[in-house]
Amino acid sequence: MYTVADLKKGLKIILDGDPYLVVAFDFVKPGKGQALYRTKMRNMINGSLLDRTYRSGESFEPASLEERTMEYLYKEGEHYTFMDQQTYEQVVMEEETLGEAKNYLLENLKVEVMLFGEKAIGISLPNFVNLRVTETEQWAKGDTSGNDSKPATVETGYVLRVPPFIEEGELIVIDTRTGEYSTRVKG
Amino acid sequence: MKIDALWLRANVIKTVRDFFWERGFLEVETPLLIPANAPEEHINPIITLPSWQLQTSPEICMKRLLCSGHQKLFQISRCWRSDERGSRHLSEFTMLEWYRAGCDYRTLMADCEDLLQYVVAKCLPDNRRFVRNSVQIDPFVPWQRISVQDAFLHYGQVDVLDCLRKGLYEEVLTSVIEPALAGHASPVILMDYPIELAALARIKPENSGLAERFELYVGGLELANGFSELNDPVEQRCRFEEANCSRSNAGQAVLPMPEPFLSMLATMPESAGIALGVDRLVMLSAGVDSIDEVVAFTPEEL
Repeated sequence: MYTVADLKKGLKIILDGDPYLVVAFDFVKPGKGQALYRTKMRNMINGSLLDRTYRSGESFEPASLEERTMEYLYKEGEHYTFMDQQTYEQVVMEEETLGEAKNYLLENLKVEVMLFGEKAIGISLPNFVNLRVTETEQWAKGDTSGNDSKPATVETGYVLRVPPFIEEGELIVIDTRTGEYSTRVKG
Repeated sequence: MKIDALWLRANVIKTVRDFFWERGFLEVETPLLIPANAPEEHINPIITLPSWQLQTSPEICMKRLLCSGHQKLFQISRCWRSDERGSRHLSEFTMLEWYRAGCDYRTLMADCEDLLQYVVAKCLPDNRRFVRNSVQIDPFVPWQRISVQDAFLHYGQVDVLDCLRKGLYEEVLTSVIEPALAGHASPVILMDYPIELAALARIKPENSGLAERFELYVGGLELANGFSELNDPVEQRCRFEEANCSRSNAGQAVLPMPEPFLSMLATMPESAGIALGVDRLVMLSAGVDSIDEVVAFTPEEL
């Protein structure tokens, strides 16, 4: 158990059954008065923010979160299924929980799945992923319009801007932290 | 930049010292390691050697000097309070305390006005204002004095005694009153606290439920706490025992009684004393919002 003295930015605790991350913390204590511990916390499942004030003597249950390497298998409607290659255990995540990460999920991609108990609450991706361009306009040779990028769709359905020389069927590298084109895979 | 903050800190401390020397106050150094602090419900001393603790404030020793006949005293010293750490708290901090015999808390309020005007004039000659959360506070504009009861009624539409009974006092004070005081362009004095909130203060003669205690706020930041001193040893012992009783009920350690202080208290003349957070005075002078920016090292950096 944590006490109020353990409260600080970055602490993960359980509140009303959900894991929360402390994102801001301050200690206030008016003269001759009792100490108050003010926190701002983010729900690690749905991202909502919460302000809570605690007093001396209160305690918290630590949120034990586990990260496990899993492989992305398939998508059915809004549900994405991942599997632990060692134990063959499968977890399902909703599109909403995945957020932007869904743009880079290609079958068999290895990702780190964050587990809170049995429940998968998020994934971390490799910083760079390789995806094939499935649709983009042909670059007209001698185009002097000055456009230095054009839209392209990759095999996951994600649309991003790429340099004009990228052609359909090419494999490109995308930075998952920014969602932007990084380079082209040679050969 | 911390180098500038340390120069300003040194200048503020030197200026405070000059202020009291010019007014004939005796600068004293009392022991930092003492057998007993004044037992208070919400202040936890740091116990060092068996039967010895670091001072949470120099008040016990300074009042004993008043008992021995000194009239005007000041001290700038380190104080320690266990488990206090936040953007305006350090477990080890610097406190200015001054005491006057033959005066009550109103003289201290006037001292506060003179001191803050003196500090900005000497340390911040170009601007002559304190800054807190980008709000400028001018100590030369007349200061507002508001009773605690009026402040709770006016800013929070609640009764302070009611808040105390419901355990909401600290919550209302820090989330409603202090932010409201932060908007004032001059320092504000909150005065006449319910007796529950004034362990060592004298009760107001005309109203037995209130004590002659005040707090000085600059930009909503609590800077100083002063009062007319209680010099009735029976009443004082009783309040210390109540504090220990509340501590015990809350599962906190019962604290030893400062016996030599209690036995001298009957000889203490009518007097008034005040404690002012020096680190916070430097914060206001530097216009920074975190205490970390005005000390050479924070505990986390050691």
